[in-house]
Amino acid sequence: MPAVTMAAALNEALRYSMREDPHVVVLGEDVGRLGGVFRITDKLLDEFGEERVLDTPLAESGIVGCAIGMAMYGLRPVCEMQFDGFTYPAFEQIVSHLAKYGSRSRGRMRLPVVIRIPYGGGIGAVEHHSESLEAYFTHTAGLKVVTPSSPSDAFSLLVRSIQDPDPVIFLEPKRRYWIREDIELKPNGLPIGKASIRREGTDVTLITYGPSVRTCEEACEEAAADGVTIELIDLRSLIPLDLETIMTSVKKTGRAVVVHEAQVTSGFGGEIAARIMEDDFLSLQAPVVRVGGFDIPYPPAKLEDVHLPDVDRVLDAVDKVLNY
Amino acid sequence: MSGPRRGVVDPSSVPTETIELLKPDGTLVPDAEYEADLKKDDLLEIYRSMVLARRADSEATNLQRQGELGVYTPLLGQEAAQVGTAYALDEGDWIFPSYREMAMALMRKIDPVDILHMFRGTWHGGMWDPKEHRFALLSVPIATQCLHAAGFGIAAKLDGAKTVALGCFGDGATSEGDFHEGLNFAGVWHAPVVFLCQNNQYAISVPVAKQTAAPTLAVRALGYGFPGVRVDGNDVLACYAVAKEAVRRAREGNGPTLIEAITFRRGPHSTADDVTRYRSDEELKHWEALDPIARFTKYLENEEILTDEFKEAVEAEAKELSAHIRAEMVGAAPRPSHELFEFVYSEPSEILRREEWLLHEELAGREDAE
Repeated sequence: MPAVTMAAALNEALRYSMREDPHVVVLGEDVGRLGGVFRITDKLLDEFGEERVLDTPLAESGIVGCAIGMAMYGLRPVCEMQFDGFTYPAFEQIVSHLAKYGSRSRGRMRLPVVIRIPYGGGIGAVEHHSESLEAYFTHTAGLKVVTPSSPSDAFSLLVRSIQDPDPVIFLEPKRRYWIREDIELKPNGLPIGKASIRREGTDVTLITYGPSVRTCEEACEEAAADGVTIELIDLRSLIPLDLETIMTSVKKTGRAVVVHEAQVTSGFGGEIAARIMEDDFLSLQAPVVRVGGFDIPYPPAKLEDVHLPDVDRVLDAVDKVLNY
Repeated sequence: MSGPRRGVVDPSSVPTETIELLKPDGTLVPDAEYEADLKKDDLLEIYRSMVLARRADSEATNLQRQGELGVYTPLLGQEAAQVGTAYALDEGDWIFPSYREMAMALMRKIDPVDILHMFRGTWHGGMWDPKEHRFALLSVPIATQCLHAAGFGIAAKLDGAKTVALGCFGDGATSEGDFHEGLNFAGVWHAPVVFLCQNNQYAISVPVAKQTAAPTLAVRALGYGFPGVRVDGNDVLACYAVAKEAVRRAREGNGPTLIEAITFRRGPHSTADDVTRYRSDEELKHWEALDPIARFTKYLENEEILTDEFKEAVEAEAKELSAHIRAEMVGAAPRPSHELFEFVYSEPSEILRREEWLLHEELAGREDAE
């Protein structure tokens, strides 16, 4: 089987979806001839033409607002935001219209729009190119929020997001665009809303998503060398949230650590910690610990390593819940 | 030196003329370029639409004053701009309204009750099916619907369809970024979109002179590479003629038009507003004298198109509509609370199901306590 990068898997997911459904269109800045700044839309223009691969004016609210109108017409638009930090101009269209239209129309008009956003840090980028913005969207009712961690999941989650009747914020961990996996790209895998257990273990449950999954896998390896077995949960989708998988694991381990790149305050880790506590306080042997970025604006590239959760910071948290 | 230097685009060269076909006294102004080629039945239907809209509008204002609606945004004075423009559309064309386009909604056979439920607080956006009426839900955030109209038009164009999208907004909206982005996107694709700016002179209290230094709002279309036109928004025939030309252009693949309909909002921005703080009685009187329905009525009477019989029939229909609105709105029950969870997603999530159950228990507990 060929080794496929996440970038290639996403590209293939778009191609697959566009071949399957003529209503699927791709729009965004530089998605046509250039193939997107990360080449996720590479060569789609050649195959599908300018009617289905739209290089738009440089305006993010325009991209999402037009996608809404296109979805009302009956298309399935897949928008590309060039970088996380450039999503903010589209915020009003996302929050006030995209997220609410299904509800406002009493279910008569669902807007099957996917907004792909390369997010997170770790690539030494200039400012506004490394934001973890998931909590803005998990805090907005009506959106699904999906984030893959591997090439195979990137493929099947994007295919499923495009097929989904509801709007999906599809967060792509840009620092993992080039990780490889030996896989056959096929539309299978778990549905949106199901977490996957990346590693089984009995001592601690480690819950994470997107770019932090790889970091946590390394932490699991190191812990295993010390005789600690960690159960690693990759959420895959934050909304809807797979509480069942989380709770089943925590019941078994009695200890949980949540990891994400986003700053801890009001981060999604707080949500998970609270859910665990509310649902099964008595299973817990220790408080749930959150590991994340600091409550600072995303730091300059030369300092991002001290900000991003690394293996040591994850293992410190694991030690903390084990030794409570 | 007179005039701008070479290479300079100068605002002073922008035409400020307003297209007018009916004088305020109801006499027809001959125009070689714009024509309202309407048959007698069309003219009567336009009359009917304006009268019904005015009655539904005043009933809504009354209902708000009596506490039946939380708020209402009256359209009094803007009937011609709405009816004349929308009459130029085909049935299959889509309308993307702001929150003041009840006259257009009525033309799309939307029960005004389904609009007023939004103002009553029964349901956000409205209660109708957008697809059935080709009428999008009300858009409260200003100018955002310009982009929905643009996207819809672009999709129609990509699909090779002949459908036209009409985006409606006010003068204040032209200051928003989404106005710019909507017109720009539509322009780039030469999309079949008509942008109707009802310039009713005030964005709540701020006059249009404070929204822009541009000599007109119509001229802003030039920046997007398509025509802009100013029309007397209280002249229903001119509004129709100008819109018809814009719709024709759009349908034939020649791209968007921005129409600036000069009109006046005779009521408040919303029923929560106090107009005495920002505008004079003289201004109101000036515009009352230009009333769009009175003007059109005079024309129809001069031409002996409008009979007493038809007038009475429309009056009776308006009365009936008014009574229907009142009967449906007064004391209307709220929707069952489980609906709050039902439509958020195509399938409620586990967490939503739980919350719905919690609310159900909470309400049952309250009932027991009573």
